[in-house]
Amino acid sequence: MKQVLEFEKPVVELREKIAELKTYTEDSEIDLTDEISTMEKRLENLENDIYENLKPWDRVQIARHSERPTTLDYIELLFTDFLEFHGDRLYGDDEAMVAGIAKFDGKPVTVIGHQRGKETKENIRRNFGMPHPEGYRKALRHMKQAEKFHRPIICFIDTKGAYPGKAAEERGQSEAIARNLMEMAGLQVPIICVVIGEGGSGGALALGVGDKIHMLENSTYSVISPEGAAALLWKDSGQAQRAVETMKITSYDLKELNIIDEIIQEVRGGAHRDVKQQAGYIGKVLTDSLNELGDLSKEDLLEKRWEKYKQIGDYAELDSE
Amino acid sequence: MLKDFFSKKRKYASIPREEAKQDIPQGLMQKCKNCQKIFYRKELIKNLNVCPNCGYHHQMPAYDRIASLFDEGTFEEWDKELTSANPLRFPDYEDKLEKDRQKTELNEAVVTGAGEIDGKKASVAVMDSRFRMGSMGSVVGEKIARAIEKAGEHSLPFIIFTASGGARMQEGVLSLMQMSKTSVAIQRFSAGGGLMVSIMTNPTTGGVSASFASLGDYNFAEPGALIGFAGRRVIEQTIREKLPDDFQTAEFQLKHGQLDKVIARHDIKQTLSTLLDIHQAREERS
Ligand SMILES: [Zn+2]
Repeated sequence: MKQVLEFEKPVVELREKIAELKTYTEDSEIDLTDEISTMEKRLENLENDIYENLKPWDRVQIARHSERPTTLDYIELLFTDFLEFHGDRLYGDDEAMVAGIAKFDGKPVTVIGHQRGKETKENIRRNFGMPHPEGYRKALRHMKQAEKFHRPIICFIDTKGAYPGKAAEERGQSEAIARNLMEMAGLQVPIICVVIGEGGSGGALALGVGDKIHMLENSTYSVISPEGAAALLWKDSGQAQRAVETMKITSYDLKELNIIDEIIQEVRGGAHRDVKQQAGYIGKVLTDSLNELGDLSKEDLLEKRWEKYKQIGDYAELDSE
Repeated sequence: MLKDFFSKKRKYASIPREEAKQDIPQGLMQKCKNCQKIFYRKELIKNLNVCPNCGYHHQMPAYDRIASLFDEGTFEEWDKELTSANPLRFPDYEDKLEKDRQKTELNEAVVTGAGEIDGKKASVAVMDSRFRMGSMGSVVGEKIARAIEKAGEHSLPFIIFTASGGARMQEGVLSLMQMSKTSVAIQRFSAGGGLMVSIMTNPTTGGVSASFASLGDYNFAEPGALIGFAGRRVIEQTIREKLPDDFQTAEFQLKHGQLDKVIARHDIKQTLSTLLDIHQAREERS
């Protein structure tokens, strides 16, 4: 069964009612065409009203939708000749992270992304898309290889966060994330990052240092989950809705804060409604970004990358004493 | 009465006993957080806030750290005037900042600048966990990034003392982005041959641990310091298992290969001096 989100219940209910009436009309003598068309008009208005005015919390629900397309879904639709490769060469292979090489618009690229599962079994195998250090080290290994062979890097960000586990700490979760941040800063190939679902904290950021940072319209990017923020701020994880508004985590918020480059339009109601169309929207932005970055010299690329990050932040100056 | 006599005597004894010490005005005495023994504050400060009894390393105010490290009169502070705005218009944030400014006499959770250690010039960033738990907001990120950039311009080594509970919640995703901002600065500095030394003090967790704290050419820590990415409680809830007492201590990190060395506070200046000397000697030769 399709997962119905809280805010779209009225739409779903009305749609079901219309379907019911249609079936009824087919089997009976009574003509309800007029009534149906009135209701369809109402449905259209209702859909406009709800989907064009999504609140931050609604977007969080969409970002977490169980059928929201994942990295591998987009890879399949956006790239050709994708070859997935495994392992960090140090400890193991983390299936919460996928990496490989492929062609985009006929040109070679390296693709890396967090990977969730869509049902329980796959989610367990992929640790719900929450990487251990070996996931980040696998990603870095592929990035270094991309640099060696002059391939642009495309990163899909989609994680609740780096895994908070005992083994992860023992193997240096902090160091693995920190190293990615630093190494990505110096890679002499274009890096394009796209937040496709939840961008949770350092675990998301570890794939997020690049020349272009884009976000799907209904994705989120935050320092802490709304529930975590609510628990910290008001000692009540139930106030997550309020936390979402206070913490400013939607694509629109990040655009306003001057952190991301582009908001990638989403299919009405969310990317899961039409993955193919959604991939098309992403593909167009990737093409533009790659064209733009491809013209830059290595020096300009790195200089611009530094300037991009240097300006992030908001502070004041006291009158000098 | 006999009772009165005793209590009087206690009050005026030259070496105050434990009970009497509690009567002494606050600020004069301080209790060790670990062994609970009570000391004159001055005695503790003179001992670099290390407990003379058990060796526990208490937090160290940024300016005390600087005084303990740099040759007298050589330290010059940078970007002191930078102060936090309230970019997300977070309720109560400004009040909290003001309270901490008054409590600590600092403008923010990090002090940056340069000075000489045994005559060798070095730049430094010292975090102070008394200010908003040393959390990283825009100002902390900006001051550290600027200090690194300046160190690069003047070919100075960069030394950082970290003390942080992690992200500055009230600055949301801007806080998160300071991790990348500082890391990009370090990459440029490092690519230019710059020497960076990180010394993690209690606590160094979350976003600070997962960015500049772990990015030194040498990563050190003070004994007993709490160092880790995720919080103990979060991990225990996630894995439904009780963690050992020494989990995420400096010694634990050393054992797991995450640190170059654990250095007692009293030995830090000497170690840094030697390290700078070895690096300078190399530069002179080339
Ligand atoms: Zn003690």
